[in-house]
Amino acid sequence: MSWYDNFLGVMKDNEVRLVSYVPDNVITPLLKGVTSDNYFMSVGATREDEAVGIVTGAWMGGVRGAVMMQTSGFAVIPNVLASLVVPSQVPAVLVVSERGALGEFNIGQVLVSRTMRPTLDAIAVTHHTLDNPDTMNFVVDRALKQAFATLSPVVFILSPLLTGGKVFKA
Amino acid sequence: MATKNDLASQPALKVMNRRDLSKRLVAKLKRDEAIIGGIGNTNFDLWAVGHRPQNFYMLGSMGITVPIALGVALAQPDRGVIAIEGDGSLLMSLGCLATIGMLQPRNLTIVVMDNGMYEITGRQKTATHATSDIVAIARGAGIENSVWARDEAHFDQLIDRRFDEGGPHLIAVKIDDEHATEQTPRDPALIRQRFMQGIGTGRKSALDG
Repeated sequence: MSWYDNFLGVMKDNEVRLVSYVPDNVITPLLKGVTSDNYFMSVGATREDEAVGIVTGAWMGGVRGAVMMQTSGFAVIPNVLASLVVPSQVPAVLVVSERGALGEFNIGQVLVSRTMRPTLDAIAVTHHTLDNPDTMNFVVDRALKQAFATLSPVVFILSPLLTGGKVFKA
Repeated sequence: MATKNDLASQPALKVMNRRDLSKRLVAKLKRDEAIIGGIGNTNFDLWAVGHRPQNFYMLGSMGITVPIALGVALAQPDRGVIAIEGDGSLLMSLGCLATIGMLQPRNLTIVVMDNGMYEITGRQKTATHATSDIVAIARGAGIENSVWARDEAHFDQLIDRRFDEGGPHLIAVKIDDEHATEQTPRDPALIRQRFMQGIGTGRKSALDG
């Protein structure tokens, strides 16, 4: 099975049903999988912080959710993470496709990407970089269980080593 | 620069009071509707008119009130969900109106307390002070049931209905600049936990007895 089918399978195993997203090339197969499967409720949002708000509300209402975005979208959400998700103890699941590394062609993406892990570390949000299809299922499954058991958000960074990334065609 | 908009063509809109309108709204609720109170004076006045278990008070994240309410509405389609938001906060995240226009959640109502200013930071003017019309924006985003409440009697009439069907609705009101008299307790985790207990999703454990 492909990395994205495996990823969605583990989400289902852990009853993560609502997916709110701002699209990205690399996560397109994930989004296709979500929209073509009635198990999932998909909500296209206009901004990533809006998507985090939707997932927060849904979880409080009893439905587990994830936000899917790309690296530059992550740069939109530190405020909502630091002032809502973390202090309110909300196990929001964030899935970020990693631009800005390993063959990036856009300098803006490179710089934004460098803000991501230090920001998450500064607010003590757990993040896992997924770069190995052999260990991915285990990591995602256990990290989701930990997030929901401890009421803590978790971030999965999808490395180009896993997804192939976005390739510069000169 | 003044531009022609829906607001200009409306009969005169009475400037009302946020705390009074919050009180009227809460008094009408009969089915444990969830309320998400926006940051600042909006949720302070919601708190001031009397706490109820289905209230969620935002202490940060300007602009995210309506998205949170949408999330609750999607997760609990049989419960009426009401977002109370200020004009400044809503202007920060107008995109969420487009999302709601697209999804048409029938159990979601948005109440916009519009005083044309960022009241809590020092009364700086917002765009709704002069040119932007929240109701016209919401209609343009696909929320057809968007109306200005002309006065208190009209507001009462607009909220005299079930909140779990017929939506999405947006009710905008012009309000004065009176500060809230009380502040919500600053404990986000406790607010979130109590809210979840109020809408039936709180954790149960032996600690609850």
